[in-house]
Amino acid sequence: MRMDFNQPSPPSEDNRWKMVTAAMRKHGFKAHSLIETLHTVQEVFGYLDETAFHYIAAALRVPLSQVYGVATFYHFFNLKPPGEHTCVLCTGTACFIKGVPEILKAVQDHMRLQLGETTPDNKVSLLSARCVGACGLAPVAVFDGEVAGNLTPADVVNRMQRWMNHDT
Amino acid sequence: MTPEEIQTIAVNQQKVRHKTPYHVCVCTAAACHSMQSDQVKNMLFEEVRARGLEKECTVRGVGCLGLCSEGPLVVVESDGDHPTQRLYKKVKAEDAPRIIGQMGKEPVADLLCPSDLPFFTKQKKIVLENSGLIDPERVEDAIALGGYAALIQALTDMTPAEVIEEIVHSGLRGRGGAGYPTGLKWSTVAKAVGAKKYVVCNGDEGDPGAFMDRSVLESDPHRVLEGMIIAAYAVGAQEGYVYVRAEYPLAIKRLRNAIRQAQRLGLLGNNILGTPFHFHVDVRLGAGAFVCGEETALLASIEGLRGSPRPRPPYPAQYGLWGCPTLINNVETFANIAPIIRKGSAWFAGIGTEKSKGTKVFALAGQVKHTGLIEVPMGTTLREIVFEIGGGIPEGKQFKAIQTGGPSGGCIPEKYLDMPVDYDSLSELGSIMGSGGMIVIDETSSMVDVAKYFMEFCVSESCGKCVPCRVGTDQMHRLLEKIAKQKATRNDLALLEDLCDLVKKTSLCGLGQTAPNPVLSTLRYFRHEYESLLRAESHARS
Repeated sequence: MRMDFNQPSPPSEDNRWKMVTAAMRKHGFKAHSLIETLHTVQEVFGYLDETAFHYIAAALRVPLSQVYGVATFYHFFNLKPPGEHTCVLCTGTACFIKGVPEILKAVQDHMRLQLGETTPDNKVSLLSARCVGACGLAPVAVFDGEVAGNLTPADVVNRMQRWMNHDT
Repeated sequence: MTPEEIQTIAVNQQKVRHKTPYHVCVCTAAACHSMQSDQVKNMLFEEVRARGLEKECTVRGVGCLGLCSEGPLVVVESDGDHPTQRLYKKVKAEDAPRIIGQMGKEPVADLLCPSDLPFFTKQKKIVLENSGLIDPERVEDAIALGGYAALIQALTDMTPAEVIEEIVHSGLRGRGGAGYPTGLKWSTVAKAVGAKKYVVCNGDEGDPGAFMDRSVLESDPHRVLEGMIIAAYAVGAQEGYVYVRAEYPLAIKRLRNAIRQAQRLGLLGNNILGTPFHFHVDVRLGAGAFVCGEETALLASIEGLRGSPRPRPPYPAQYGLWGCPTLINNVETFANIAPIIRKGSAWFAGIGTEKSKGTKVFALAGQVKHTGLIEVPMGTTLREIVFEIGGGIPEGKQFKAIQTGGPSGGCIPEKYLDMPVDYDSLSELGSIMGSGGMIVIDETSSMVDVAKYFMEFCVSESCGKCVPCRVGTDQMHRLLEKIAKQKATRNDLALLEDLCDLVKKTSLCGLGQTAPNPVLSTLRYFRHEYESLLRAESHARS
């Protein structure tokens, strides 16, 4: 059988696209590798954008609408670039019972930041997770990938303010 | 590799273990990991090296030791004439010299955690039997403690039909929550006609407040793989997938590592253990959609689509992944398979209650002293779990309710605490077994807020395919919000109840059908809390 389909070339010279292409190649550019590919894009770029959608749709031969549909269906995928630092508040049941609503209120009052928002200087993003599975340590937040437990509202606000004031 | 070579690994590994009299085991599962147990492990290792004790003492990372609230946990075992075991809690890196220095002497008193707590003595471990004993990143450790022995037994001494018969007789029921008999599911897939069949492991632990599957995958991933391989042999499948939440990076890493090790030893791949049986396993990552715990939605997600469920029948056993017969079981269900094959169905059927056999792993959390991972025989009462194992409510507060089953379950009040935990008793109380999340709620929480919390969860997690769930959950959430703000009337409460009934009966999949449960159960047991929030004039009129 003659293959009259040409693989599209990556959107730019950026080396990170090579990792995305490799992820698709690993699955033989099959349509069912869409979610795996989106995971790879998010891992290397931090978020998903339209450029990525176009490239993946062409490479896996799936409609652009399907790529967009899948990317927006799953909560794990970010469609906006996150800030320099991220604070992910766990909103699982144990954390809810143990006081995440108070933490959230404190952050909203002191930092003027809502869930899903990034500070105007692009330093800190406030995100939420359904449950990070560390319920024994509730309430829990993930600061730049590091899980911290038994938090008080002051702990979280202090941490975020330190990020705002310094570069560390 | 042949079965004999696997047994040689077991024997060698046991010999290695007996070479040193002291073993320091550091918990490296999620909760302790996030409390920097890695640093503790490194410091202990450095300390052993600095004192030149390498020939006396080994330092290893192990799986979950259970008592997550007291982490990081460290166990010091000594062999010899009087084998002892010391459990240290809340260990910091700077405690390493004291812990190593006191080996063979008096324990470090301020770090010592009494091991005779009901938290430990009341448990019975089947799924977690190796958790905390083996290094989850080393297949040799698992093999030394009986890992893959059941697979060898199944492949060499048993026909697929005999394996299924054993599972049927054990009375094992699905641990994902619904409690469908596992043996029956296996025989349906085995009988289904298809050139290709799949085995899928559901590790999409979406219940916010549950971490059993995570701990099992992080502590003993080989046990889950072994269960899957035995299942594939029994039903005639050649390919399998483990679907894990992307939010569990450590579990994913250890699972992938376990798959590579099993492939290297010929326990996965072609001609497993020198037999004509082939089985390949791959990992698929979820992406944060609660609905993907529903089996047809999970299959759609593996196929790279949005996780929308479809009507059943046809069930996945007949028409599953890419239209092929597919067996889907939960992580904990697969983790139960190897012990059943090794010790026999009669042994397993002897544990638990008449209709619910074996044990159940629960993630105990919320307003309770000892939080963590527990495994108890079916039929244990809720009171034993909360007040003995859990140690009761901290700060002298009053117990109010225990929430089981997450957003699909309900809240059980004090007066039913003596009910045994099994599938049927819990559903009689208006809750469900669920996957095993147990959240203790004390007097400070409002039950209306709890119901509102779960409803908000369902609104955001509804996939939007069917109207009752998409629109109904949103309407119920608005009504609950109105009640919480004290703006609702008696009519609103009646409307809420009607909607619960409607959404329950008409939704397409389990998410919608069970979404009203938290509201219904809190209305059943804590109706006065709703009524006290109704608008004053509506009180007067009634």
